Amino acid sequence: MKGKRMFSPEEAIGVVAAQSLSEPATQMTMRTYHFAGTAGIQVTLGLPRIIEIFDARKELATPTMEIHLDKDHQTVEKAKKVAENIKEVKLKDLVTADMLDMTNLEVICKLDAKLLKELELDIEKIKKAVKLKKVKVDGTGNELRVASMGVDVKNLHKLKYKLLELHMKGIKGVTQAIVNKDNGEWIINTLGSSLKKVQKIEGVDPYKTTCNSIFEILEVLGVEAARNSIINQSKYTLDEQGLHVDVRYIMLLADLMTFSGTIKAIGRYGIAGEKDSVLARAAFEETKKHLISAAIRNDEDDLSGIVENIMVNQVIPAGTGSFDLYGDIPKVPMKPAAKEKAEPIKAEKPKVEKKTEKKAEWKPKAEKKIEKKETKKPAPKKTAKKK
Amino acid sequence: MVSRIKGISFSILTPEDVKSLAAVRIVTSDLYDVDGYPVEGGVMDPRLGVVDPGLHCRTCGAGIGDCPGHFGYLELAKPVVNILYTKAIYKMLKISCTKCGKILSKPEDKKASKELGRNPPSKCPHCGAEQGKIKFLKPNTFYEEKEELSPQEIRERFEAIPEDELKRVGFKGGRPESMILTLFPVSPVTTRPSITLESGEKSEDDLTHKLVDIVRINQSLRENIDIGAPDFIIKDLWELLQYHVTTYFDNELTGIPQARHRSGRPLKGMIQRMKGKEGRIRGNLLGKRVNFSARTVISPDPRISINEVGVPDVIAKELTIEVPVTKLSINHIKELIRSGKANYAKRPDGRRIKVTDDNKEELIENITSDWIIDRQLTDSDIVLFNRQPSLHRPSIMAHRVRVMPGKTFRISPQVCPPYNADFDGDEMNLHALQTEESRVEASELIDVKNNIISPRFGGPLIGLDLDQISGMYLLTHGDVKVSRKETANLFGRAGIDIDLPDGRKEFTGKEIFSLLLPRGLNMDFKANCCKQCDKCIGDACKFDSYVKIKDGHLLQGAIDSSAVGALKGKIISKLHGIVETEEIKNFIDNAGRLAVAFIARRGFSIGISDLDLPEETLVKVKKRVDLAEKHSNDLIEKYNAGEIRILPGMTKSESLESQILNVLAEGLNSVSEIVKENIKDSDILTMTNSGSKGSLINATQMAACVGQEAILGQRIKRGFFNRTLPHFRKGDLSAAGHGFVKNGFKQELSPTELFWNIMNGREGLMDKSLRTRKSGYMQRRLVNALQDLRVTTSLSVKNSNGEIVQFKAGEDGVDPAKVQWSDKE
Repeated sequence: MKGKRMFSPEEAIGVVAAQSLSEPATQMTMRTYHFAGTAGIQVTLGLPRIIEIFDARKELATPTMEIHLDKDHQTVEKAKKVAENIKEVKLKDLVTADMLDMTNLEVICKLDAKLLKELELDIEKIKKAVKLKKVKVDGTGNELRVASMGVDVKNLHKLKYKLLELHMKGIKGVTQAIVNKDNGEWIINTLGSSLKKVQKIEGVDPYKTTCNSIFEILEVLGVEAARNSIINQSKYTLDEQGLHVDVRYIMLLADLMTFSGTIKAIGRYGIAGEKDSVLARAAFEETKKHLISAAIRNDEDDLSGIVENIMVNQVIPAGTGSFDLYGDIPKVPMKPAAKEKAEPIKAEKPKVEKKTEKKAEWKPKAEKKIEKKETKKPAPKKTAKKK
Repeated sequence: MVSRIKGISFSILTPEDVKSLAAVRIVTSDLYDVDGYPVEGGVMDPRLGVVDPGLHCRTCGAGIGDCPGHFGYLELAKPVVNILYTKAIYKMLKISCTKCGKILSKPEDKKASKELGRNPPSKCPHCGAEQGKIKFLKPNTFYEEKEELSPQEIRERFEAIPEDELKRVGFKGGRPESMILTLFPVSPVTTRPSITLESGEKSEDDLTHKLVDIVRINQSLRENIDIGAPDFIIKDLWELLQYHVTTYFDNELTGIPQARHRSGRPLKGMIQRMKGKEGRIRGNLLGKRVNFSARTVISPDPRISINEVGVPDVIAKELTIEVPVTKLSINHIKELIRSGKANYAKRPDGRRIKVTDDNKEELIENITSDWIIDRQLTDSDIVLFNRQPSLHRPSIMAHRVRVMPGKTFRISPQVCPPYNADFDGDEMNLHALQTEESRVEASELIDVKNNIISPRFGGPLIGLDLDQISGMYLLTHGDVKVSRKETANLFGRAGIDIDLPDGRKEFTGKEIFSLLLPRGLNMDFKANCCKQCDKCIGDACKFDSYVKIKDGHLLQGAIDSSAVGALKGKIISKLHGIVETEEIKNFIDNAGRLAVAFIARRGFSIGISDLDLPEETLVKVKKRVDLAEKHSNDLIEKYNAGEIRILPGMTKSESLESQILNVLAEGLNSVSEIVKENIKDSDILTMTNSGSKGSLINATQMAACVGQEAILGQRIKRGFFNRTLPHFRKGDLSAAGHGFVKNGFKQELSPTELFWNIMNGREGLMDKSLRTRKSGYMQRRLVNALQDLRVTTSLSVKNSNGEIVQFKAGEDGVDPAKVQWSDKE
């Protein structure tokens, strides 16, 4: 009974997997965002997200993290404190007013005292954080004065904007950090992601914390984790759209993307572009490039894939095409007479006869390609006579 | 027996290759002489192959179709760069010594060898010669220290590179000097046949035009060299020759003006022929046009089986299948010919004779057992049936032919879901299978009955649809009682041959349905019409929504879409484990016909009055909608006063928008509830309850309130300056001004509301066309990446290189299509 449930040998599982993943994609919405539950963070979903995963993009449209906290930080207050340490604070977030002192060539920023206290920052820390070249930083109380050295009046504005964008606290790129309760546990959802940095922050449980950037997971946690992330996120995106795809196909895809040790994309610069077969690559995209480089490198296409064999009009090495019959089958009187002449001793299945006929028609074309190597001139003639 | 091609190797064509391949030396640019015969030594030389029917090749003697064509060659007066190899030429120039020709690094010096490509040394490590800096000016000129290198000079340099040095840098495809053309291969005429127009004029192929240009310029270049013309003239001609040769290969290069036809259309170069969707590879080698196929509009026939297809008689007469005449079949075949059901007879010598009324007696007389006849399509022949886009495997399935009058293909509505077909003008393709082998494969693997279960999720792809579900629901819901006579009638009309149990005067709908079920089927589940009570009381369900089947008897519950529907049908899914596919097919056929017979007897219709709501309900609805609007106005006021609650991670206006959307959606939900409780019991409810079509939302939108029309998931914002339409004040934030439709379709929409509705409709259209393109490309990429993966005998998954991708397919080796599917709702 168990054997009956298994995949049939030589089943073209890849094509079935590809179709199973892409057929429902036509029914997906293009709408990019959606309110992900109570999180309040808009995440890319639907078709754009699926494409993002399969393309193995490094820059995501909406990178997010789901930060779990350790046992000591399971209260709202403590979770909020951790969130504060994660969310990026720029100088402009702290400034209530900024001025330009044209005579002294200074930028003066008035800081929000209350906010400073809340974020556990003070003027000294801010002064240290201003790491610009050719400036003199000065300041007391709630006033930050940055004098420029060697900048003329015209460029003072530029200096100001540069100054306001300076990173003061938290993790770069994390623009939002929202505390939520999930399954009785306090977690932090963020927009913007940096798994490496967040693991070092106090209160964060590095074992449970994840992000949606597969490359970050690859970097921090390794390929196996990245593979699981591909599976989980594809599955999540499909389920969210109410589409059923068996996990096995997603696993196969994730395995194919990661079995080389790193993540390979599905497109031209990934798996499809790195195949061994010249013809398979040329058939996909960038025909010229692949054919020319094959000529220079003297590549050989051993016709072991599917498209290559279709191209030369041969039976494909998958499914029923992988099998043949052996043994002598007794002659059946029903066989067409034309056949009887051809093979009196080694009688085979009638199908062979059909194939021969078809191929003979095509021989000249196929032969042409080999000719370069073998230069067998009489071959096409022979075929002609046979007919 | 033709042996299998084991491999194809690629290398650079050398001048020696060109010469040995060639049958003709091309010397003149003339195509035809005054009498219209091709000129010998021209690019249409008869020795290059035949394209005209009836003629024979002067080289190989074969006729059209058998002669593969033969190359010619042209001696170029001056060598030119083969534009396809410019990158490789540039690289070779950079890494080889100007003087001794050796590669600019010693093999022992690993570091220098590695750096070679990026910055080659300025001194040759072998002979110590100073190296000039090589520059490549696209598309085809090379400079050494600002001095132009002619193709001739480059060739000379390459000739000096020793063979073993080439191997070291991975140049294995031949000699680098072959990348500079001295002998130009003239392609066989069979690759560029000329077309004779109706007027008798000959129209030449793009490549022929290009070849004429090349030969002409080459000639005049040679003449000019011979008479010792000034350098600038020679240089100009040389460049022109380079241009023509370049565009012959690739006519889409940046920096080179496209070579054009007289009409202004850019000519097709060699690369253009191969490249892209309609190119040689994707257009002709991977996708082919076929014979023995038919295409027409499809229409439904609920009375034929799911694995049948109704074929119009005109098509059946045209499509044929080859049958060999044998001692056993000869009488049958004679009968076929006599009744005009054979179109052609093939004699052993290969002659094809058309069967006509005049010659059929003679044929019957002469036919022997080594003939082959082309027999017309008849009932129960197996054919492939397909609807594009073929997104997944069940987009092509095998059906049995049923020849019918009419001009459309008839299919059972149950097989629409796998094809994603409907009958609003869809066309489908049919392919008659030509070999015994293919027919066996079709019936064993791709017959509809073997594809009821989707390989995607392991659930049923095929099931009842629309009225069939409604009919089934009406029959089985509650206590429908049917007299014995009426029951017999029902089965009679459904064409089901069944014995009714003895001694019964009356049957319930559930009993009637049970007659279709096999014994031994036990299951219980919630029907689609389940009211989603807080606590399910299972067996004791008051709404007849808990289905219970014991030993093939439906004890309670209504049969609706979650039992027999396509993509959902739990019964179909369950049957898959216990009975043969043939029986599942029969069940789906019979259930569909039974439901149709019942619904036809009962009648089924909806009217506008079904959407009538009682006066007081309408007032209630209006109140609720007004309340929602009021809530949104309150929010706007708060916003204006700066008191709006700011949601985490949003700006003020974003918070407002989000809250308004929520408030209005809430309002619509409660309107839905009101409608649900007060709508008349009509066939609209039959449809929504049984899941055959439509939902409560559709009913609400028609009867009471359409709700918010959103663009890109947000309230409608764009339009005029600071407002959406001139009907509203500038800066207006109200619900009505941003796409809220408070009327229902039945009540009529106000002009602005109609506009919102249309805007939404347009967005849907845009989204759809964008999506199909995006997902289509994604599909191509996915298939390309995954196509070579296959399951081996040991259940591992390997790619075409034999690398193992998975040790066990899908981690457990279980095929989702062969395992019980459980709905994960």
